[in-house]
Amino acid sequence: MTISKRVVLRFPPRLVEQPIIYRLVKDHNLVLNILKASVTPKEEGLLVLELSGARKDYDKGIRYLTETGVRIQSLGQDITRNEARCTHCGACIAICPTGALALDPVTRLVDFYPDKCTACELCVLPCPPRAMEVHF
Amino acid sequence: MVKTIQEINERISKGQAVVVTAEEVIELVEKKGVEQDAKEIDVVTTGTFGPMCSSGAYFNLGHSKPRIKIGGGRAYFNDVPAYTGVAAVDIFLGATAIPDDDPRNRVHPGPFNYGGGHVIEELVAGKDVRLTVTAYGTDCYPRKRIETWIKLEDMNEAVLFNFRNAYQNYNVGVNLSDRTIYTYMGVLKPNLGNANYSTAGQLSPLFNDPYYKTIGIGTKIFLGGGIGYVAWHGTQHNPSVLRSDNGVPRRGAGTLAVIGDLKQMRPEWLVGVSMVGYGCTITVGIGVPIPILSPENLRYTAVKDEDILAPIVDYAEAYPQRSPDILGEVSYGELKSGRIVIQGKEVSTASLSSYPKAVEIANTLKEWIQKGDFLLTEPVAPLPGVEAGITFKPLKERPVQE
Repeated sequence: MTISKRVVLRFPPRLVEQPIIYRLVKDHNLVLNILKASVTPKEEGLLVLELSGARKDYDKGIRYLTETGVRIQSLGQDITRNEARCTHCGACIAICPTGALALDPVTRLVDFYPDKCTACELCVLPCPPRAMEVHF
Repeated sequence: MVKTIQEINERISKGQAVVVTAEEVIELVEKKGVEQDAKEIDVVTTGTFGPMCSSGAYFNLGHSKPRIKIGGGRAYFNDVPAYTGVAAVDIFLGATAIPDDDPRNRVHPGPFNYGGGHVIEELVAGKDVRLTVTAYGTDCYPRKRIETWIKLEDMNEAVLFNFRNAYQNYNVGVNLSDRTIYTYMGVLKPNLGNANYSTAGQLSPLFNDPYYKTIGIGTKIFLGGGIGYVAWHGTQHNPSVLRSDNGVPRRGAGTLAVIGDLKQMRPEWLVGVSMVGYGCTITVGIGVPIPILSPENLRYTAVKDEDILAPIVDYAEAYPQRSPDILGEVSYGELKSGRIVIQGKEVSTASLSSYPKAVEIANTLKEWIQKGDFLLTEPVAPLPGVEAGITFKPLKERPVQE
């Protein structure tokens, strides 16, 4: 089974000068597409990647990254709102740290902006009808 | 008195009644004044859609062959325990009931994923639930065990009976401590990190009839998407609290006990919900029609968020310790702006009660009345008012000598 996921990788300064992405391709047989990159020597590096490959290669690759010390976050596309369950109360809006869940002052509906979501998942349990869904 | 309920019902039956929501009436009264509008407007509809824990349903399951006496035994819907201490096949399921093996807060905060409220929602949606019963067996009820699928239409009666709903005003919950707390007012972040409230404010039923002049026992209402009735005053009904000059209580005050046939309700208006670290409950949709009988009672329905005050309460210390201290009062107008100031700090606000859904309820009820489908009822008895002199008693503990 092949899978394809968008992930955010954060490299601590000590890893910025290591060829980690090369190892990901060479040793773990993953196909990657760089969506965004910000790497400065001696500072934290950030990469947003689409990673594709066989499930077991993907899992091994993620394990390699984790063991190396890379922090991995999923992108907001992996968080969706079940519109049928959301009651538009507002229990999530003070919890969301990025403003991806916000109240429209006119309609008083709770809007979800996936592009602002960093998939921190803080909203998932505080949502009373459990409308926020995680797809990892 | 400009009109009677009977006259209003005649106009409803002819499809001529003038019905507006408790939101729309505000502007109308500002334009024309209560004297003129009281003649023109027949009914003001209200609505609220928030978590209400004192809710539940009782069921008559029908008799199995051979018979079983569930009374005194144990019964579960999808592992959620129901109360069996009544006759053979009558049981009551409360909204906050949770499975015996739910981990609760063993690892705090517990998620409380599934409880009585969720079962009620699934039953109303027409889904099958698993009924598991154990009983002790008698000569006339020999059976000791049942496990079966059951759905709402299989039952003889399924009655929603909520003994405290539609609270007239409520606390604004905040957290003064230095750790996140998980309450029935939602997740409250440390050091005044956020403020949660729970009301439809100007649309909420009892804010529009602050002295219970039209809402009484027998009042026909929108309940869970169907028809229900006010059965009694709700538990903790406390009309005696501090009120503003407009008559609106500034603390939690009146409450309603409501009842209705679950079989004609809808799952989108009875939603099982989970309060992380606190428990399970159900979000209930209620809408009460208010007949406009006089300019005075119309004036009450024109109340707006800016004129309704709520107390700010610390849920880290004051609430759990039952201390009467409040951190001030704030209007629902300010709360709905998204930010309030407490102890000099700007705090973001959020509601646990859905205002857009409350608007939808008030509009649905308005349509029912306009179409002539929903006639108003005359209360058969009033709810206790301020004159009843009710005092809200705390539990007085008396040591038990062994």
